[in-house]
Amino acid sequence: LAPLEVTGTTHRVDEALTDYEAVTTYNNFYEFGAGKEDPAENAHTLKPRPWTLSVDGLVARPRTFDVADLLATQPLEERIYRLRCVEAWSMVIPWIGFPLAALLDRVEPLGSARYVRFESLIDDERMPPRNRAPISYPYVEGLRLDEARHDLTLLAVGLYGEVLPNQSGAPIRLVVPWKYGFKSIKSVVRISLVEDRPLNTWQALQPSEYGFYANVNPEVDHPRWSQARERRIGEFFRRETLMFNGYGEAVADLYRDLDLTKWY
Amino acid sequence: MVLKRPPEPKWLGARWVPPATVALCLVPLAVLIGQALTGALFPNPIEALVRGLGDWTLRLLLLTLAITPARRLTGWTRLVRLRRTIGLITFAYAVLHVLAYVGLDQAFHLPTLWADITKRAFIILGMVSFAILAVLAATSPKAVVRRLGGRRWRRLHRLIYPAAILGVIHHAMMVRAGWGTAGEHAVILALLLVLRLPKPRLAGVFGGRGGAEG
Repeated sequence: LAPLEVTGTTHRVDEALTDYEAVTTYNNFYEFGAGKEDPAENAHTLKPRPWTLSVDGLVARPRTFDVADLLATQPLEERIYRLRCVEAWSMVIPWIGFPLAALLDRVEPLGSARYVRFESLIDDERMPPRNRAPISYPYVEGLRLDEARHDLTLLAVGLYGEVLPNQSGAPIRLVVPWKYGFKSIKSVVRISLVEDRPLNTWQALQPSEYGFYANVNPEVDHPRWSQARERRIGEFFRRETLMFNGYGEAVADLYRDLDLTKWY
Repeated sequence: MVLKRPPEPKWLGARWVPPATVALCLVPLAVLIGQALTGALFPNPIEALVRGLGDWTLRLLLLTLAITPARRLTGWTRLVRLRRTIGLITFAYAVLHVLAYVGLDQAFHLPTLWADITKRAFIILGMVSFAILAVLAATSPKAVVRRLGGRRWRRLHRLIYPAAILGVIHHAMMVRAGWGTAGEHAVILALLLVLRLPKPRLAGVFGGRGGAEG
């Protein structure tokens, strides 16, 4: 995998990095299977280059970006974030990418835009149907515009100094570190600025278990398991889960008027 | 239905058959422990161990339930003496599954465990199934069977059906999307339950004339 040039490390949690091997073999990427080991085994068919990313909807300048051009024109930063899965495991991953806000600036969202809708690739050749877990495709996610513009919200194109391996959502994926991992949609092909709250894939599938916001919250349990503690991959004992995955200082303000029990 | 059945093989009565059955049933446990020790369950070994033990509990439970239909299909009556052995090993796997969850996964963290067994439906179903298996294991020694009397013992041990059904639901409810192996277990269980219907009704299920076969 090709190395990537970065300007520096702009965010860093002072915790041990999760092994590269674990980061790239323990994945949820249902287009390639429901088992954690399936994406690493099956995602070789993805062909992440060339790749285009359309940004459309309520914007002054809708555009289709070539991801190779984006890599050449956007300064890339390394950011070491915690990743907390809704299944109560977590990792620490050194991502490489650029703020989503930088991309949004280039298309100039209109005043009527309130949400951002993301869509993953779905392609029978590059994601053979025989591998897919039975959920609806394309995978869809969404953020409120202020969440999308938040400085922590990253479009990642690499990890551990290299371009993203296919199973990690090559060539470009979202990373929202204070939300459960399923919000961080992989292999994005389309970003749309919209007026109404998008219905994200997991909420559509099981609304009693997965909401739109999906902020990491140790006090609001998933109906089938507690979210109070998590297993950091590579550690034996579980650790306490932190509110907003430890990013409360930076993001709590976004939700000061929101009942987090209702808007889970 | 006229079936030419092969005669019961002589070796089925041999002394080595029960210990060989035990050894065979313990192979998956040995493999799991070996994988845990060599790092093959990387990167989330505790989860893999808990799930592996749960999977094998269900598989062996289905195997236990398959003995009676197998005897009826083959006419090999001595299969029955393996049923208790496999049933007890099933319970041993269930104990290890629960211990791995309580001790390794939750590290005896009582608040979490208490919340799990009072609030989470799939854990409650699993626990009920486990409690049933414990009762069945406790009443399986020959002395207990004699004390209970054959009829009462048989009635009590019919609880293996709800235990198996709850076990399969427990597994299915844990899965995030789709059915996967839980679906396969459900199909096998349904088939095994149908095969245990009394013969006239069984013939009815398969569209036969019913009751005519000897």
